[in-house]
Amino acid sequence: MHPEGRRNEQGIRIDPEAEAEHPPERTILSALVKNEPGVLAEVSGLFSRRQFNIESLTVGTTIDDDLSRMTIAIEEPRPGIDQAKKQLEKQIPVVSVRELDTDAVQRELVILKVNGQEPDKVQAVTEMYDGETLDAGPRTITVQLTGNEQKIDDAIDAYEQFGIRELVRTGYAALARGEAPTAQVKQPNTAPTDAQVATQEVSDD
Amino acid sequence: MSERASVPKEDEESAEADEAEAETTESAVETGAEAVVAALENADVEYLFGVTGGAIMPVYDALYEHEEMTHITMAHEQGAAHAADAYGIVTGDPGVCMATSGPGATNLVTGIADASMDSDPLIALTGQVPTDFVGNDAFQETDTIGVTQPVTKYNIFAEDADTVGDDVGEAFALADEGRQGPTLVDLPKDVTKGETDQQPGTPQTPDTYNPPEEADEVIVQAAVEALADADRPVILAGGGVIKGEACDELRQFAREYDVPVITTMPGTGAFPEDEDLSMGIAGMHGTGFANLAISNTDFMLAVGTRFDDRLTGDIETFAPDAEIAHVDIDPAEISKNVQADYPLVGDAKRVIRQLDDALPAAPDADEWLETCDRWKDEYPLDYETPEDEPIKPQYVVEKYDELTPDDTIVCAGVGQHQMWAWQYWTYTEPRTWVTSHGLGTMGYAVPAAIGAKLAAPEKEVVAFDGDGSFLMTGQELSVAVRENLNITIVVLNNEAVGMVRQWQDGFYEGRRMASEYPWIPQFDKLAEAYGAQGLRVEDYDDVEETIQEAREYDGPSVIDAIIDPSENVYPMVPSGGDNARFALNEQHLEDI
Repeated sequence: MHPEGRRNEQGIRIDPEAEAEHPPERTILSALVKNEPGVLAEVSGLFSRRQFNIESLTVGTTIDDDLSRMTIAIEEPRPGIDQAKKQLEKQIPVVSVRELDTDAVQRELVILKVNGQEPDKVQAVTEMYDGETLDAGPRTITVQLTGNEQKIDDAIDAYEQFGIRELVRTGYAALARGEAPTAQVKQPNTAPTDAQVATQEVSDD
Repeated sequence: MSERASVPKEDEESAEADEAEAETTESAVETGAEAVVAALENADVEYLFGVTGGAIMPVYDALYEHEEMTHITMAHEQGAAHAADAYGIVTGDPGVCMATSGPGATNLVTGIADASMDSDPLIALTGQVPTDFVGNDAFQETDTIGVTQPVTKYNIFAEDADTVGDDVGEAFALADEGRQGPTLVDLPKDVTKGETDQQPGTPQTPDTYNPPEEADEVIVQAAVEALADADRPVILAGGGVIKGEACDELRQFAREYDVPVITTMPGTGAFPEDEDLSMGIAGMHGTGFANLAISNTDFMLAVGTRFDDRLTGDIETFAPDAEIAHVDIDPAEISKNVQADYPLVGDAKRVIRQLDDALPAAPDADEWLETCDRWKDEYPLDYETPEDEPIKPQYVVEKYDELTPDDTIVCAGVGQHQMWAWQYWTYTEPRTWVTSHGLGTMGYAVPAAIGAKLAAPEKEVVAFDGDGSFLMTGQELSVAVRENLNITIVVLNNEAVGMVRQWQDGFYEGRRMASEYPWIPQFDKLAEAYGAQGLRVEDYDDVEETIQEAREYDGPSVIDAIIDPSENVYPMVPSGGDNARFALNEQHLEDI
């Protein structure tokens, strides 16, 4: 008498031909925000209370003194990413948000402090990963590396043989590749927003 | 008909005062506090609901000479926030509440959170310790910006006497435009006392705030084609229809194309419940026929709803066969809980017009309309025919409805009484159902009735409250007496936190932990102590007369209605359940 449930847990109507499955994806959101007190707390609070999984969040000034850029690496199933974008965009001090393509230029910086007993070997590893020695003493050597997540992870593995005493990672900084703008000040009344388009793409699947 | 309450001041006088004041204040701003007041004046604020205190004193002082604005001193800041919230619901314009720093601000938080959940237009002005003291744990210091951030649409820490007036203007505009919501301006005492000659401009939103207006025409086309092809279409009207002033458009659309209309709890009144096309109210305690329509529709046009879990039940069984066109001004609501097949981001009024213009023909749904009618006959809202006392609460609600005009405003707290007031009153007009939906704030009713009455002095206002709810904010009755507001509070008294008790009986093996009051005050006597008229009703024969006595009284009345403590709220879809499987009574609940 009553039809079988035909939506999944995410409320998506299940098409018998293509049931939507959404494994977690890692992506980078870049947001231009007004440079005013409390914005960082607002954005981080938003991510925490809506239970979006942030991997890293960096914030810094831009060429426009009134604006800062936040780069947020998140891992979520696709509907979660779309929702995070829309919730971010909804914050009043957030001027614009864009999800970067996978080919975006992205870098992370790490500073590592390792034991200094084998300076030559440490130097060799540092050269191998295009790093730079920032401080060297009889007991510790501190190096800096930049790169993508994979490279940084590999480097950290390589340094582990010396004994890593401490390390700090900055999280991602990223810009869209080529001429595409990373996040732009939006023009009033531009028809459909990225969020709308994204939603439509999902529903067209 | 009862005599209307005398409102504190006459409209004409206030209009004149407005003009006179506008001229004098044009050059009169000398302090930050005066700029704050000038900004409120620019926004045509008529009433302020608040409680004074140390850090907000400069703002109160600046109000001293502004007789065109009436400040209603509430008993507690939570009452101030709820009264202002209800004022906003009834008028459609932001209500204003104010409080001092520290406990004043934290006491507002419940009311602000309530407004946030329900997208009610509300502005909170809070005093703050002087800027130099901020961060030092000064007397009555709280990080109000931090505390209220998750529950406001936007909040602003005022930094400068020169800009504080525009901060308030911006807060006002943001509370009102786009998806409405609460905003807050935190006002350090040195800023409000600081000198300035900056007259605030017209309230305006930041230039980066551009709420969507019209939906994408391509999606509109696709949606109307699906609607025209539908066999079993419904409209689900949410609170956004009322907030977006789209009731006329929605009613016309539904009637023109013969589409049945279901309303959510905040959408109540968007479509007249006494019309044939009305399928009533949906959700956990919605009507069986509304929930059946949701479970069987093949096309749902959902307008201004966020698909709350109390509406949808289990997402996997919500409107399982339906393609959903979702109209919302907030893109973040699209596909948040239920995937929208046709995302229509825009202003409800304009998008309904777009749909109307684009729809080629009414869906061919005669059979469906017959089915809907049949469900209405099969599953009417019903309770045991009243014969012996104790009184059934539903009867009191129905009786009150019968005796009052259609535009009567009904306020309610939260719990069983709220559900009965929702189910058994026939709502035909928007902005006549004033309650706490999303947050579920017990204690909402009494202060809300105060705000509602001041917002619409020409309308009758009744608040249904529970005994538990009344105990939380009943002290606001002192305000209703002081302001001589002609309102009636009906306490549907079952000497219990009834909804919790109902769940304990249904889902916790009858273990009634902390839900029954071994002793509660006599509410009629309590009312008299406050200076209100106190009435008590225990017999069916006295119900009508008691209601009339309350309505005819010049000032607030409280009816302590002693109801059947064993009465529970049905129909009921158990939490997280399937809307098509609703229980009509206790026995039935066990079978689900």
